[in-house]
Amino acid sequence: MSLLALVAQPAGLLPAREQMAFSLGWHIILASFGVAFPAMIFVVHRRGLRGDEVALRLARRWAKVAAVLFAIGAVSGTVLSFEMGLLWPGLMGRFGDVLGLPFAFEGLSFFTEAIFLGIYLYGWGRLPPRVHLWCLAPMMAAGVFGSYCVVAVNAWMNVPRGFTLTPTGAVTDVHPWRAMFNGRAFLQFAHMWLGAYMLVGFVVAAVYAAGRLRGRNDAHHRLGLTVPLAFASVAAILQPIVGHILGMALGTVQPSKLAAFELDLHTEKPAPLRIGGLLIHGHAQFFLAIPRWGSLIARGSFNKPVQGLDTFPPQDRPPVNITHVAFESMVGIGSLLWIAVAIYWISRWRGRDLAERRWAQWCLVLAGPLAILALESGWVATEVGRQPWTVFGILRTVDAAGDNPGLWWVFSGVLIVYLGMTAGAWVVLRSMARRWRAGEEELPSPYGPAPEEEVAR
Amino acid sequence: MSLAVVVAAALFIGVMAYALFAGADFGSGFFDLTAGGAEGGAEMRRQIDHSIGPVWEANHVWLIFCLVTWWTGFPSSFAAFTTTLFVPLLLALAGIVLRGAAFAFRKYAPSIGQARVYGAVFAGSSLITPFFLGAVAGAIASGRVPADGYGDRWSSWLHPTSIFGGLIAVGTCAFLAGVFLCADAERTGHTSLLGTLRIRTLALGVITGVVVFVALVPIQHDAPTLAHGLEHQAAPLIIVSGLTGLATLVLLWRHRFRVARFTAVAAVATVISGWGVGQWPWLLVDQVKVVDAGGAHATLVGLVVAVGCAAVVVLPPLAYLLWFAQSATAEE
Repeated sequence: MSLLALVAQPAGLLPAREQMAFSLGWHIILASFGVAFPAMIFVVHRRGLRGDEVALRLARRWAKVAAVLFAIGAVSGTVLSFEMGLLWPGLMGRFGDVLGLPFAFEGLSFFTEAIFLGIYLYGWGRLPPRVHLWCLAPMMAAGVFGSYCVVAVNAWMNVPRGFTLTPTGAVTDVHPWRAMFNGRAFLQFAHMWLGAYMLVGFVVAAVYAAGRLRGRNDAHHRLGLTVPLAFASVAAILQPIVGHILGMALGTVQPSKLAAFELDLHTEKPAPLRIGGLLIHGHAQFFLAIPRWGSLIARGSFNKPVQGLDTFPPQDRPPVNITHVAFESMVGIGSLLWIAVAIYWISRWRGRDLAERRWAQWCLVLAGPLAILALESGWVATEVGRQPWTVFGILRTVDAAGDNPGLWWVFSGVLIVYLGMTAGAWVVLRSMARRWRAGEEELPSPYGPAPEEEVAR
Repeated sequence: MSLAVVVAAALFIGVMAYALFAGADFGSGFFDLTAGGAEGGAEMRRQIDHSIGPVWEANHVWLIFCLVTWWTGFPSSFAAFTTTLFVPLLLALAGIVLRGAAFAFRKYAPSIGQARVYGAVFAGSSLITPFFLGAVAGAIASGRVPADGYGDRWSSWLHPTSIFGGLIAVGTCAFLAGVFLCADAERTGHTSLLGTLRIRTLALGVITGVVVFVALVPIQHDAPTLAHGLEHQAAPLIIVSGLTGLATLVLLWRHRFRVARFTAVAAVATVISGWGVGQWPWLLVDQVKVVDAGGAHATLVGLVVAVGCAAVVVLPPLAYLLWFAQSATAEE
């Protein structure tokens, strides 16, 4: 991007972009926990109710972890709803009534999740055990429905529909349901939903793999590793299929994004698949090209052409390097993860549990951060790849941003608060684990037990 | 009645629910802040943890409901609102984030030292948020949010109506919290807390009541449209609010805490609906009327459907959760 282009932008654009990317990237990790963690807690809780003490203890601990993670997820999600208005008034003012309906339904599922979370967290010993267990079901359902709704808005930004623009640019003939059920929403949702299960599954498994590396090889750690890993594995194996189907239509709906994903600078027929590579001084360099495979993956044929970036006017091209590197990181890590879990389950099926081996435990520990990196890369790829548009082909990001000065200060404040929240969550979760290992199961109030509880003992 | 009015009514019910339920959660920050040292304030803080722990996240979602309904139902006025009231919204948001995170962290803090840090953040931010949200309401009610947005970022909320709005919000939240904490303390047998709670709540009630009636004076000049509404169509609500507020004080004085919860809710609900009715028919006072602010018709229909679904799906479990939290006895 030239310096001139930077100068011409409104004051609110660059910091708004950075802040949105940062706060969304932070929240998506916790949102994934909101989507996927209840199902994992359900599995161990159900097992616990059938008499497995280890599983029941795991469920109790995971519920406490969920209490912390869901709290900071709720507030960081609120930040995003404020930011929609504070950072992108040009989007919300013009298109609020086109894209808003899925958000209204997402609010409904957030409500459901928060209500049943409260009941579940405080239901131990107060509700009949089976009723208590099934409080997790509405949370799982809200995870499905809520992520569909949020992702539907993002999908709408990729394939805007459900309205007509008049010659003067006014939005008329609004059909919010068509916007909500745009053709891309379901596949994008499936991709994100599986991504959430991969992230949470691999991260939780990594925690217990790290424990086993330190010699804690008990039933608690074995179950704590196996359950999340099973979820992550199913998701990891399905993910390439869903991702591929999602990508197949990209050449038609967002050819500029596809060209950036695949580093296709010029239209080629057939196009090669480029692995690695960067755009340097207008030329693609340092890549490995596999002939014809680019066409096959993007168009489903060894012979069809893939449209190059040079067919778009310069002002309509996305930043190529970020998009391409992020896309390849997502695909690369995703492939690595599904190959790894395939090897793990095949050897387990043949009677060898690799999780007993130190090298495999190290791999499992690494898989956690890698799954986070893959999900973040995926979002970077799709968001940066959509640029310079906020609503593809309709509203440029320049026009969506406001012109509030001082946004860099706001962004700095956001960075400090989020840094503090990350540190706080880390310290608290680590201290919970430490106290659990020391045999302190209930984690009493830091202000000490209530007097009548002392009397009861 | 136009659909925009129906959606505006739903939005306003959301505002009321947020003010009452989340308001009481925020207000408990006042009692946390004034509970005293780690040793002496322990019982109060345990009681607060116990009272708002199960419900605060659900109560918080009302705010999301309001934001979403506003930007979907009345998009251009929403952009006008956010571009003008950028600063107080940001400060309220900071309070929301710090409050939620610090509350969750404190519950599982490993040491009293850490708990004090989180507790201070929780209690302080619990007061910041209602103040700035009250200021935001004052800015809207005094006609300082221009229809096209980008009103002055400072003078839009640094004026008597907003400042009084903020103070009244803090006071009502703390008062409401006090009444609920009294009832909780009585039910769970923490009778030693009751003395302090009762006196502080009574004091808060008197002070807030005085501030509400004092505020009516500067509002005459600062927010004439609202003042006119308060003296006419909203006058009955203001009178009811005064009466139920007085009744709450009497009930507190006579140790009737369970009943006092209902009159306190009525007092606060009538103050807030007094503001809503007082500024009717304006969405942004003197700038945009509700009937002219509605987004696309099909979207308003969709919103009514969404609100209907919420009433069926959300309200029964929400009512259960509130009952569940209020029926807790001494055990954790």
